[in-house]
Amino acid sequence: MHVPDGFFDAPTSVATGLIAAGAVGFSLQRANREIRETGPALAGLTAAFVFAVQMVNFPVGAGTSGHLLGGALAAALVGPWSAVLVMSTVLLVQGLLFADGGLTALGTNITLMGLITVLVGYFLTRAVLKALPRRVGSVVPAATVGALVSVPVAALAFTGLYAIGGAVDIPLSKLATAMVGWHILVGIGEAVITAAVLGAVVATRPDLVYAARHLQQDLVLVDADGNTSTVSPDRPIAAKPAGRSLGVGIAVTLVVAGGLSLFASAHPDGLEFVGAKLGFETAAKSSAAAGSPLADYGVSGIGNSEVSGALAGIIGVLVTIVLGLALAKLASLRANKAS
Amino acid sequence: MSGPAIHVERLVFAYPDGRQALFGVDFTVEHGERVALLGPNGAGKTTLVLHLNGILGSVAGGTGSGGIQIGGTGLHREHLAVIRRKVGLVFQDPDDQLFMPTVRDDVAFGPANLGLRGAELDERVHEALVQVGMQDHADLAPHHLSFGQRRRVAVATVLAMRPEVLVLDEPSSNLDPAARRELADILSELDVTLLMITHDLPYALQLCERSLLMDDGRIVADGKTRDLLGDAELMSAHRLELPYGFDPLSVSGPER
Amino acid sequence: MSGDGLLVAVDSRVHRVPAQVKLVALFVFVLAVVSTPAPVFWAFGLYAAMLVAAVVVAKLPVHVVSRRLAVETPFIVFALLLPFVATGPRIDVLGLELSQSGVLGAWNVLAKGTLGVVAAILLSATTAPRDLLAGLERLRLPATLVAILSFMIRYLSVVSDDLHRMRIARESRGYAGGRVGHLKAVAGGVGGLFVRSFERGERVHLAMRSRGYTGRMPLLSQAGAVRSQWLEGLTISLLAVLIAVMARVVGL
Repeated sequence: MHVPDGFFDAPTSVATGLIAAGAVGFSLQRANREIRETGPALAGLTAAFVFAVQMVNFPVGAGTSGHLLGGALAAALVGPWSAVLVMSTVLLVQGLLFADGGLTALGTNITLMGLITVLVGYFLTRAVLKALPRRVGSVVPAATVGALVSVPVAALAFTGLYAIGGAVDIPLSKLATAMVGWHILVGIGEAVITAAVLGAVVATRPDLVYAARHLQQDLVLVDADGNTSTVSPDRPIAAKPAGRSLGVGIAVTLVVAGGLSLFASAHPDGLEFVGAKLGFETAAKSSAAAGSPLADYGVSGIGNSEVSGALAGIIGVLVTIVLGLALAKLASLRANKAS
Repeated sequence: MSGPAIHVERLVFAYPDGRQALFGVDFTVEHGERVALLGPNGAGKTTLVLHLNGILGSVAGGTGSGGIQIGGTGLHREHLAVIRRKVGLVFQDPDDQLFMPTVRDDVAFGPANLGLRGAELDERVHEALVQVGMQDHADLAPHHLSFGQRRRVAVATVLAMRPEVLVLDEPSSNLDPAARRELADILSELDVTLLMITHDLPYALQLCERSLLMDDGRIVADGKTRDLLGDAELMSAHRLELPYGFDPLSVSGPER
Repeated sequence: MSGDGLLVAVDSRVHRVPAQVKLVALFVFVLAVVSTPAPVFWAFGLYAAMLVAAVVVAKLPVHVVSRRLAVETPFIVFALLLPFVATGPRIDVLGLELSQSGVLGAWNVLAKGTLGVVAAILLSATTAPRDLLAGLERLRLPATLVAILSFMIRYLSVVSDDLHRMRIARESRGYAGGRVGHLKAVAGGVGGLFVRSFERGERVHLAMRSRGYTGRMPLLSQAGAVRSQWLEGLTISLLAVLIAVMARVVGL
């Protein structure tokens, strides 16, 4: 999903650039305390990790592969604000050193992959965590849901941005179904890897998982004379109580998913504007080339109408959420039985 | 200078994941002594030395109790800066220690934090690099050096702070024989108090007159390195083994 | 993969331009390219000619540049699909019915994307990572971000090597695996990789604190760039801005 230069028009690039700059600035402010305590080295290594893992491809199907985005994972591990910084750093290095993602599209890339995946992932994780037993291990199914949903939502946001500032007018319905359909698959891979990573971390260093810091158990200490005492574990950065996280989680997801979809469906011909600007007479008509390669990814049966396509996007995200919640429920049931 | 170089009393510590690593550690190291810290894996050796400059332990907000004094100065939050200047810690993996873009930046990191700037800083960096024989590699990136060279630069990063106590975590691990000997030559030339974790028992005998033996989070033996290594019963009880054919009584040690 | 594996270590005029100048130059250049209307073909020809000239002056081997262009592939695929799926009037090309705006859009994405990628390659191939960090610092990027960037670049090779070793360990034990097995193996390895990376991050932080770190990284910057260096470094970018303006005025 790394957007190159010239993919979106200038206003979109500038607008997302401003969003990204604001988000990074805000995150810097919020993460300052975390970073003072744990050091920039930790954030830098998390970034190096995300970068390395993005190079590992996993098979998605139809002979193609996807790779981890890592936003939800990073958020669960180091907290949302550090995660925004981590993801932005990864994208900056990819843009500057590896020419992956355009420099003028940096704002767009940070907004899509550094901001939306992190926030949707994190707040959904916290929300699901509230519904699960109060154990550190619960963070695994919770973050799995966050990861699963965060990717298609980012894909939907990409579609929304394309509706606003895409360089060419292609039917939004097709783009939405293709992007979301495709990224649900990527999201499943993302969810599996997120679960595996968090599982490994919870098994060896449960104290490292930011999203579960408040669930840690007390420690038993034996002193030099053999006396035992119980102490609470040190919490360098106590996670904030998850009071409003359910609301925020759902709100963020719905604003991003619903809002953008609604926009996409309400402005089915928003793209013609671009064509007109380029000096062409455009007939506002979706003469969709059925059987075109992109349409292959679409949800079959939902045809060519713009609205149904955008609906497919929303439905896709909703299905993912339901699927994820069901998975989480299942996982926690099994975990309860086991313990 | 008042008080011993290192004085540790009733030190207890548990990691945040609930694993307790230290169960009451006591020992004293005098100025100018060279002491090896021996023991099997998981005995708590690294945990112990991370306490010596207040990185772990209650002073760093961790879970534990007990007291540490360095050169007579108690390890308290308000003395942390002083203690960290006095105690230089060389980590086992040089990649953990060399985090700046070039060797020069890295050696300068510590002294710069002490407030040195400009020519004074450059001089300090050069001096430390000369001590480990790496002055010709100052502008290279750390990952362009061999492992032995990185280990030597890691020592230089600490020497640049002119510590009173030098603490090394397995300095000879992963070194080829030549690099191992070169490092021994460097270490034996230094005029500091030395505490060295090692599994390399001949190395301990070569460099340190005295040894501490640690197991299960406690000091279980404290004496002359030669005596400890010669005590077969003690050695096998704590999973320590001499290399094939090595007789601690027949080789020369640091004692004169 | 290490950060400075990207640097082509030769000495050239481009290599000697201070990093902050090159960063600004890259940004201005790409901005000019992106704001040029797609149908003004001659403008893109000029941009490309200037970039080629810069690559020659920088003494970069052609195969290095062309190999690194591969990052663009996914979007080339996207661009090539555009003529088929875009709406609007159709034109016939070799018997295929293509969308006129789709063809232009494909050109737009390909031309601008490729120019941006080549420009970025020019920067990374002529600038050592340390200088790049110093340049970003000079350009007032927040210190925390510079610090995170610095650690990331330093440890990229270490983490990638870990990953590589784990893959070799897996394969040397005869691992083949189907699709599901593959995903599981990859995921499990990645979990271990994170714990390793994270613990290294903690140890690095400990190493920093034991050398007196109190929250402020030492500055990397040396001398600032002088005016002649700014002028030299920005030549191409300023020309590009001129071309972009002319393309707007004359081109349409």
